[in-house]
Formats: sequence, C-alpha cells, structure tokens
Amino acid sequence: MKRILLGAVAALAMGATAASAGTLDEVKKRGELICIVNSGFVGFASTDKDGKWQGYDVDYCKATAAAVLGDPNKVKYKPATGKTRFTILNSGEGDVLWRNTTWTFVRDVDVKLAFQGVNYYDGQGFMVPKKLGVKSAKELDGASVCIQTGTTTELNLADFFRVNKIKYEPVPTENNEESRTNLLAGRCDVYTTDASGLAATRATFKDPENYVILPEIISKEPLGPVTRHGDDNWSDIIRWTKNALVAAEELGITSDNVDAMAAKPTNNPEINRLLGTEGDLGGMLGLDKKWAANAIKAVGNYGQIFERNIGSKTPIGLERGMNALWTDGGLQYTPPFR
Amino acid sequence: MSDAATTERYEVGKHPELPPPLLASGPIYWVRTNLFSSWYNVFLTLLGAWFVWSIVPPLLEWGIFDAVFEAADRAGCQALGDGACWAFIHERFKIFIYGFYPEPERWRVIVAFVLLFVALGPLLFDKFPYRGKAMLFSLAYPFVAAWLLLGGFGLTPVGTDQFGGTLLNIIVGVTGIVISLPIGILLALGRASDMPVLRMICVSFIEFIRGVPLITLLFVASTMLSYFLPPGTSFDLLLRVLIMVTLFSSGYMAEVIRGGLQAIPRGQYEAADSMGLKYWQSMRLIVLPQALKISIPGIVNTFIGLFKDTTLVIIIGLLDILGMGRASLADAKWAGLSTEVYLSIALFFFLFCFAMSRYSLYLESKLETGHRN
Repeated sequence: MKRILLGAVAALAMGATAASAGTLDEVKKRGELICIVNSGFVGFASTDKDGKWQGYDVDYCKATAAAVLGDPNKVKYKPATGKTRFTILNSGEGDVLWRNTTWTFVRDVDVKLAFQGVNYYDGQGFMVPKKLGVKSAKELDGASVCIQTGTTTELNLADFFRVNKIKYEPVPTENNEESRTNLLAGRCDVYTTDASGLAATRATFKDPENYVILPEIISKEPLGPVTRHGDDNWSDIIRWTKNALVAAEELGITSDNVDAMAAKPTNNPEINRLLGTEGDLGGMLGLDKKWAANAIKAVGNYGQIFERNIGSKTPIGLERGMNALWTDGGLQYTPPFR
Repeated sequence: MSDAATTERYEVGKHPELPPPLLASGPIYWVRTNLFSSWYNVFLTLLGAWFVWSIVPPLLEWGIFDAVFEAADRAGCQALGDGACWAFIHERFKIFIYGFYPEPERWRVIVAFVLLFVALGPLLFDKFPYRGKAMLFSLAYPFVAAWLLLGGFGLTPVGTDQFGGTLLNIIVGVTGIVISLPIGILLALGRASDMPVLRMICVSFIEFIRGVPLITLLFVASTMLSYFLPPGTSFDLLLRVLIMVTLFSSGYMAEVIRGGLQAIPRGQYEAADSMGLKYWQSMRLIVLPQALKISIPGIVNTFIGLFKDTTLVIIIGLLDILGMGRASLADAKWAGLSTEVYLSIALFFFLFCFAMSRYSLYLESKLETGHRN
C-alpha cells in the first residue's frame, strides 16, 4: 500500500516537475525566492527577536536571492519539518531546499530529488556525561541511548552497535529538545545525533564542561541544497551559487572587499570571471553579470557564513574540521570558474 | 459549690439563643467534617497537603522568586538566577503575538482584535446594549477585519505569509468556529432529511471528513492542490487552510448537532406539523432551539478541540504560536529554554479554552428551562 502511494506521489511529482520547468522565470516574475528551511534548528535556521530568519541555511537562501534577484531580502521562508520538506519542494510550493538535508542514494534516485553538492559535511557522534568515564563509543556496552525516531541516525546506530557486537537500549525521542531533557535528567546515558547537533545541544547546557563528545563519528551526513528533478538551469544556479561562495574564500574575496574587487578587473583572471569583470558567466546562467558579487556581498564567503552562524566564536562553537577548504586539509572544494 | 453563681433560671420560652458549641460550627467544625472525618479522609488530606507543599513552593521559587525577567541572552539569564528565564519570553513576546506582521502596522492587529469582542458581544450576550444595531456591525466585522489585517484601500497591504503567532491561531480558530456552526447545522439537517440525494451527499461528506485526519486535509491543501490547479495559479495558503479547517470542523459539528436533533421527541416535530408550520418554520421555531440547547456542551467541546488543532498548521509551513516558539528556541543565543516557552504557550491556550468552557456553562444555565428530570 505504502509503495503504491509512494508511486502515485512520485508520478504526480514528475507531472508537476514537467509542468514547472523554468523555476528561474517563475522566481523572476514573482520577484521573490521561496526558500524551504528548517522550522527551527540551532545555528542553521531560527528567528531573531524581530522575527527575522537567521542561520547558516538562511544565509544560503539570502545568497541565492542576491544572485538571482540582486536583493538578499527578497526571500520568502517556508519552514518545513523533516517529513514534509520533499513534498513541499516537489509540489512547487518552494523553489529550493536549503535545509540541512543529507544526500543519500535513495533520496537522490528514488525520491527524484536533485542534490546540488554539499555545504556542510556532518557525521553522527555520541555525547555522554563526563562522570560516565567513557573514552570511546566502543565502551558503551549496555548503555541506554537517546535517539530521534525516524531519522537516518537511528539506522546508523543499529549498524554501529551490531558491527561492534555490543548491546544498547534505545530511548526513543521525538526531537532534539526531548533528547536534551532526557540526557540532562539521566534517563539515558548517551545522546546520539549529528555532531553539529551535539555541539549545538551541549552549548545550551548549564554545565557543558561535564559532557564530552566521543571521538567516533559513525556515519557520513553530507548536507546540501536540493532542487526538483528536471530543471537543470535552476539546478546550475543553486550549485554554482554554492560553489561561488567557496571559491570566494579560496580567492580571498570577502563581503568587505568584494565591492572594491568587482569595481575593476584585478590581475587574477579567476576573480575577474567570478565577479563578472571579465567574460559573462552570469549570463550563461541567465543571471546578471554581478550575480556572484551580489551573493558574496550579501552574506560573505563560505568561511564568513560558517564563522558567523556556527563557528568557534558563536555559542555553538563548531570547528571547521571537514568543512575547511581543501587547501587546508578539508573537503570544501569547488570546480573552477572557467 | 458555686453553681448558683453560674446557673440562671429562665421562664419557659425566654431562654436567650446561645452560640453553638465551638466544635460544632465555624472553621474547626468544617475542617473536622470535611477533611478529617474518617481515617482515609485524614490520609487523603495529609497526602494532598504533602503534594501542595512539595509542588507549590519550588514552583513559585522557580517561576517567580528565582526567575530572571531582564537579560540579553541565556548565559546572562543563568548568571543572574537559577529560576525561569522569562527574559526570553519578554524579548520574544511581540513575535509570539504578531508573527512576522510588520512592526509599524501592528496597531491594525490590535484594532481588529478589540473589534472582534465588539462584534462577538451582541452574538454572545442577549443583554448587550443596542443589540439589534450592534448585530449589523457583527455581520460587517469579517470584512472590516479582513481589510484591517490584509490592507488595501488606504492601508499598506500585508501578505498572509506574514501572519503568525497567536494572530494566526485566532484567525484560524475564530473563522473555523464561526463558519462551521451554520454549515454544521445545515449538514445535520441534511442528514436527517427525507430527501435521499441530499441525505446521501451530507452523509458522504460527513463520513469522509470524519474518516480523514485534519493533518491530511491540511497537507492536501498545502501541497497536493497545486497538482490539480493549472500551473501558475496561486491560491493563498492561509485561505486554503481556513477552508479546510472550516470544512473539517463542520463535519464534526454536524454530528454533534445530529445528536441534539435525535434527542428531541418525535412529538415535537408532529406538534410543529399539526400547527401548520412549514419545514423551515418548524426547524427555526421548535426543533433547533431545543436541539442546539442540548448540544451546547458538545458544540463547545468541538470548538475547543478546533482551537487547539490550529497548532497543526506548522505541518504546512505556517508558524503559529507553537511554531514561532520552536523557531525562537533554535536561536543559538537562547536555545535550551523550552520549559519557559512551552509553559507560556500552554497558558495562552488555557486562557482561551477556559473562557470558552465558562461561557458554555453560563449559556447552559441561562437556557435552563427545568425540563431536565
């Protein structure tokens, strides 16, 4: 039954994607980008005291709007839960999904989504109270583990414990908040979720020094933007906007110096091509020449976005780690702008 | 013996009234008979006292004495005190109320809210001054409110995607409640009708609605609808939600009212017929007044359920007060203060639902005609 339903939904989805090819024209006509974000995830999407959206994913929405429409504020945010995000995207109620979504085979191939790269490399980790005296996840035999139901982390956990031939007792929870309360109340010994989530959660504790995140990362969680199948031009725009921000960090372009660098050609041809002072890469995408310059001006380069929202100076305090540039031993890498 | 000094003699019938013995009246008597009348009552009283003692003082300490009302972020809050951090609620109060409604235009929301009570007054209370004329305003109110909230005709337009917080709960709740009652009455009458086609339509509608969860309907409204509409048509999301919520609660309302209709004895219908009343006359004058009176508790029950169901709009990407609370909780500056947020939201819902339930009690006692036996 479920399979039939999924099939029906997929068929409908394909019909819709065929009908709505040309997202770029639609966005331009509407004068507003509809960006699907998380309905609340520390560091990635949240509202501030004036009700303005902020966060890592939100900055990417702004960059996209700046690239496409020239104005980072022309975004309508569409908060989505983990269960509804793909339907909202596929039904055309949103233009792009910037919502910490893990790129997996099934989602890419079977759910008919188009992943446009990785803007955050994450992985599942474990957090335990220091007084438990555990140094490695392999010592967790017999532990009770707080785990969010219905996520990939639940399956990863089962795999990890099976491979290592140790036992655990799952304590199922609905969301991050519930796991946090359970861990603090001692109803579970271990909390497992994406490492960024663990760090963000630990940052909210009264006594963060009494909790440790274990060194093991047991899964790959590449998070990235998603578009609908079948609109390659729009997908290119999303992918290359993301790449432009990484390239900007590689090339030393920041939100502060982008105006000066884009004013007249510099002696680095790649910077010139990126910022539109040489050639017309923007035109090939159907955008303005200054598309990348606008995006960088709006939110800064990759490193700036990272540091502002989740970096070591924020309460969340994540290290760049895997998300450092490839030149610094990380995985963030962009194909050349040529 | 000094009995003579304290004993007085009275004529028969002249004895003055004496106060009752200390143990047979007043607070001590009340405590003895109500709290300590038997060993298990003693036990329950002590247990209750222990509960109150162990819950209330810590709660007051957490919620009031140790609480922090002014701080810039969570760390600042926790540095100032161990109790609740109401500073967070204080800072976010406005967006919990108005959502994303633009700040300079928020007075319009307040005006619309105040006028809501002016419009509801004559509908809810029959002693309202100038009730007849005020009713006219009540009829015009939906248009006035729509104009105030949406703008146009001299006011800055505000898109429905900027509605949020309690504003959204109240719009969805009040619209659903007000419109579902008449639709529900019609459906209930249709279901009880002698005309087979009409009856079948009503029955299938009601059974369909009752067989499908509200979440599904909302989800269909928000995402599936665009598969059926021609591409490029945009149909306001809030309007879709309002329609779905109204249809949903009408289905339930119809069943509640049908229960009332069936409780009216056959003789009442026949009496109306024998008076020569037409169908609508007999319904309006004889049957419905009685049926609706019986159904009041059920109707208000449905209203309360509907009002709480308005939080489901988060599923389709509208942020009501619960959604705003969750999105605010994800702010790195404040994250981790879920207790305070959820308590405040619970208080909001309690106030509204409790008011509705009190009003229904008032209405029941006012309409009580002594037929109950």
